[in-house]
Amino acid sequence: MRSLLVYLKDYKKESVLAPLFKMLEASFELLVPLVMASVIDVGIARADRPYIIRMCLVLIALGLVGLVCSITAQYFSAKAASGFGTGVRHALFAHIQGLTYSQMDRMGSSTLITRMTSDINQMQSGVNLVLRLFLRSPFIVFGAMVMAFTVDVPSAFIFVVVIPVLSVIVFGIMLLTMPLYRKVQSRLDRVLLATRENLSGVRVIRAFNKEPEERRRFEKENQMLTDAQKFVGRISGLMNPLTYVTVNGGIIALIYVGAVRVDIGDLTQGEVVALINYMSQILVELVKLANLIITVTKAAACGRRVESVLAVAPDMENGSRKWEGADPAVEFVHVSLAYPGAAADSLSDITFRAKKGQTIGVIGGTGSGKSSLVSLIPRFYDASGGSIWICGHDIREYDIEDLRSHIGVVPQKAVLFKGTIGENLRWGNPDASEEELEHALAVSQAKEFVDKKPGRLDFPVEQGGRNLSGGQKQRLTIARALVRKPDILILDDSASALDFATDAALRRSIRSLEGGPVVFIVSQRASSVQEADQIIVLDDGLAAGVGTHEELLASCPAYQEIYYSQFPKEASVNG
Amino acid sequence: MADKNQTKKSAASSGTGKARQGETLKKVFRHLGRYRIFVVFSLFLAAVSVALTLYIPKLTGVAVDHIVGAGNVDIQGAVRVMVRIGICTLITALAQWLMNVCNNKMTYQVVQDIRNEAFRKIEILPLKYIDGHPYGEVVSRVISDVDQFADGLLMGFTQLFTGVATIIGTFGFMLSVNVKITFVVVLITPVSFLVANFIAKRTFSMFRLQSEIRGEQTGLVDEMIGNQKVVQAFGRGKAVTEQFDDINRRLGKAYLKATFFSSITNPSTRFVNSLVYTGVGIAGAFAVVNGSLSVGQLSSFLSYANQYTKPFNEISGVVTEFQNAVACARRIFDLIEEEPQAPEDGDAMELKEVRGNVSAEGVCFSYVPEQDLIRDFNLTVRPGQKIAIVGPTGCGKTTLINLLMRFYDVDAGSIAVEHTDIRRMTRRSLRAGYGMVLQDTWLKTGTIRDNITMGRPDASDEEVEAAARASHIHSYIKRLPDGYDTWITEDGNGLSQGQKQLLCIARVMLCRPPMLILDEATSSIDTRTELKIQDAFAKLMEGRTTFIVAHRLSTIREADVILVMKDGRIVEQGDHESLLAQGGFYRHLYESQFAHSARESA
Repeated sequence: MRSLLVYLKDYKKESVLAPLFKMLEASFELLVPLVMASVIDVGIARADRPYIIRMCLVLIALGLVGLVCSITAQYFSAKAASGFGTGVRHALFAHIQGLTYSQMDRMGSSTLITRMTSDINQMQSGVNLVLRLFLRSPFIVFGAMVMAFTVDVPSAFIFVVVIPVLSVIVFGIMLLTMPLYRKVQSRLDRVLLATRENLSGVRVIRAFNKEPEERRRFEKENQMLTDAQKFVGRISGLMNPLTYVTVNGGIIALIYVGAVRVDIGDLTQGEVVALINYMSQILVELVKLANLIITVTKAAACGRRVESVLAVAPDMENGSRKWEGADPAVEFVHVSLAYPGAAADSLSDITFRAKKGQTIGVIGGTGSGKSSLVSLIPRFYDASGGSIWICGHDIREYDIEDLRSHIGVVPQKAVLFKGTIGENLRWGNPDASEEELEHALAVSQAKEFVDKKPGRLDFPVEQGGRNLSGGQKQRLTIARALVRKPDILILDDSASALDFATDAALRRSIRSLEGGPVVFIVSQRASSVQEADQIIVLDDGLAAGVGTHEELLASCPAYQEIYYSQFPKEASVNG
Repeated sequence: MADKNQTKKSAASSGTGKARQGETLKKVFRHLGRYRIFVVFSLFLAAVSVALTLYIPKLTGVAVDHIVGAGNVDIQGAVRVMVRIGICTLITALAQWLMNVCNNKMTYQVVQDIRNEAFRKIEILPLKYIDGHPYGEVVSRVISDVDQFADGLLMGFTQLFTGVATIIGTFGFMLSVNVKITFVVVLITPVSFLVANFIAKRTFSMFRLQSEIRGEQTGLVDEMIGNQKVVQAFGRGKAVTEQFDDINRRLGKAYLKATFFSSITNPSTRFVNSLVYTGVGIAGAFAVVNGSLSVGQLSSFLSYANQYTKPFNEISGVVTEFQNAVACARRIFDLIEEEPQAPEDGDAMELKEVRGNVSAEGVCFSYVPEQDLIRDFNLTVRPGQKIAIVGPTGCGKTTLINLLMRFYDVDAGSIAVEHTDIRRMTRRSLRAGYGMVLQDTWLKTGTIRDNITMGRPDASDEEVEAAARASHIHSYIKRLPDGYDTWITEDGNGLSQGQKQLLCIARVMLCRPPMLILDEATSSIDTRTELKIQDAFAKLMEGRTTFIVAHRLSTIREADVILVMKDGRIVEQGDHESLLAQGGFYRHLYESQFAHSARESA
């Protein structure tokens, strides 16, 4: 939490003034019972009406000054909290932009999104509340005690007893219930899971006739939730009665001590009333303090989560070399890759060389490392062994951003963003002309359906591309990569939603791209890669074969197996 | 389906909003009915605790009057009052605690009942509803709406009651002490109420603006961080951050405005309270000087003045929350009252001894009335035949599965299994007749074993392993630290898409149902693994009627009947040779894969 306080740095003035003004307000509030006491002891005792009116004007003045102080404090704290939230949000967002792929893998985007949104919101309310109340409430509690001492020392000792007892009750119950509330939350999560599963898995559950069982499971989870809720409710329900008893006990004691001390003339009637008022004030503030502490604990937990993301240092060193306009070439030399935390290498000992204008096919089974291989080329990950050379230079020498700007990547999952089709395509190159966009659409076989969309390039794409079909999305992501006229083009199984005819047309038009980019095609379909200049056959992270279709068909058993599983007829014809 | 919902909604809301609210409340009371003894008890205890809480300041005042000044103290009298305060305090505390327990009990019981009811409804909702509503929306009804309902409505009831009781009680007690001063309090107090309302109204639009911007920001964060890798691959980090900062700045401003202006409420009402306090002070002090009031009574008055304003502020909060709670309750009841799937006839028969005769006669079906998908579809399948369903992506191949499994009912015509209309048999027995492997693999949270044994919970370990072995997933499971007892979650994290699909296949391998439905069953499995399980599948399919949906034409070439689908319609039907000869859409599909590759390799 501490390191996040930096974001309050620009709001030093506000962060100091807000609690100060709050304290000022509180001190005025503490004076009220004293004024009332003198109304009773002086004004009433002497039947001095002007004095009573004067004192009441003082009370109103105290209230007004308190109001002004308080509003000032609220303004400063809201300002500080607003600045704090904005600062942390910006810092976290910018920081996440700098995380590497492996770091993103490890953390997962959903947690990052929660941290970006609800965690920071909670922290912001925490800061706001702390600035406003953290000084005020203790100040009133102890201020009331101090005031009691100024009124009458022996009576004040009742406060010395009551305050710790109240604190023990309030904070004890809080400490006791906090873990119980967490338990309630986790049981609620299980009820939620059961509900969710029965929606997302409705077909399977009904196909297997599991409804009665699921109902029993839900009712069991629900019962457990209710039990936990009732249990914690019973305990937290003790707070009010116990504090009530304690405070009234204190008042009884005050009356007794007051009676004795007034009798011997050490105390006045008005002062007894003032002491009783102070006692009632304490309770209100202690409860506020307890709520504040709950909020602060939550905010601190959120703060720690945000901090832990901010603490992640980039695990990749940037280089400085710029792309030199040389003919693109990619070379892998004994490359291996192990993801952090993984037991085994995902790739091992991969060696190949791709020249300008070549098409490289990458084929292999599920989990054989196809995507891993191509994700090394834009340096999404660093190889854990061997070296990768781009245009004759080690990939680690390049400035990462510059390197990536020459590579067009079409990821496996077709992702589009909210905006028009044109805006989406310009992700590839913000300065692309209309003709360039049209050309990319034509090459990616997207023209045919884009033409049918109202507004064509201005057709609005919804978030995540929900209003487009899988195949349409895939073709647009291909077009997006083509818009940047890449020197290296990577198609990571990005035609899986296309029918075979479109897939074939796509490959034909990519082969005739001008500029002679190196093209990597990752696929599970033998038909997609068989005309490539080189095919890399991956099997469990190892290159089972590198060569042309004919070479591999003749010599590589893994390739034969893949090929014949998809083309059984050709097996008899060719073989 | 959307239409139907709308008509239903508009029919229901044709009455005024108030009437709807009343209707919802009636339903809430019906649910509360089972626990009415607790309600009565709770109200009684609330009355007791309010009365005593109010009585205590009066007693304190009496005590103060016993201690007037030096030598003028009635200690005996004071002690008597102290004893009374003590007894009242203890009774109040006990009443408060018991009330709490009662409220807890009825709140959580009602919540539990409602959740169970909602879940039972989910289990019998037609697929149409579930497919047509985002899961998140339904989940939030069962989870957060119910929670808010509990917080707002049931807690609101008690707070409202104690609040009103406190106001009336205080009023009464004050009147019993002094009429004039009471009017001072009654006149000034509503001012705080007005001030709070005034501020709330002004700040409402600020909060709305804030939550709008916040929504916008969450949308951007969700989109960009969810797809961080793409953002990075295209080097858009800076551009996106700028976009974010713009929203962030606006949010900061909106937050400041909304927070500051709403936070004026508390100090303002506090100020009004201090006016009340002062008013009581002046009027009270003058009354004491006149001799119509004692100092002790003044001190009780001062605490009443403090207490009197609080419930007003609370009640205004309760009312908003109450309205919110009613809205939540309405959403829950809407779900609970949603029309369930067509109930089964009382004499619905059990499908037994399935041999694999399936037939469709004049089947018509559409998801939305304007757009009919399947029209006059006829098919006769003899036991053991393989039916392949092919067509481009998104052509609605799963529609047929929806109909076969009776996830959806046909609009016209009929589907029969063993010559009996499937609507005349129990869903349970029909579905037990099929083994199904879907394209989007679904695993439930639990162990791997739980997932495999879904169809046959009583299967022995050996049988489970045999099924896993046949699906080529056994060796992978064995390598996991906990083997078959490895815990997996809903999205099966840690398992690849292919492995998940293998588990789903193992699930069906274990049940060995008489008929099979395989939807793209092997789309995520690499071709080598697929080859390996082909023979397992072949063995499974032997003698079983099988419906296969697949992309790979090669895997379905041997089907007895091929149904060719396009744009949701069945456009051609026949075996491979006859369809090729027909020269229609199938031939086009076939050639785009095979003819092309044949030319390339030549």
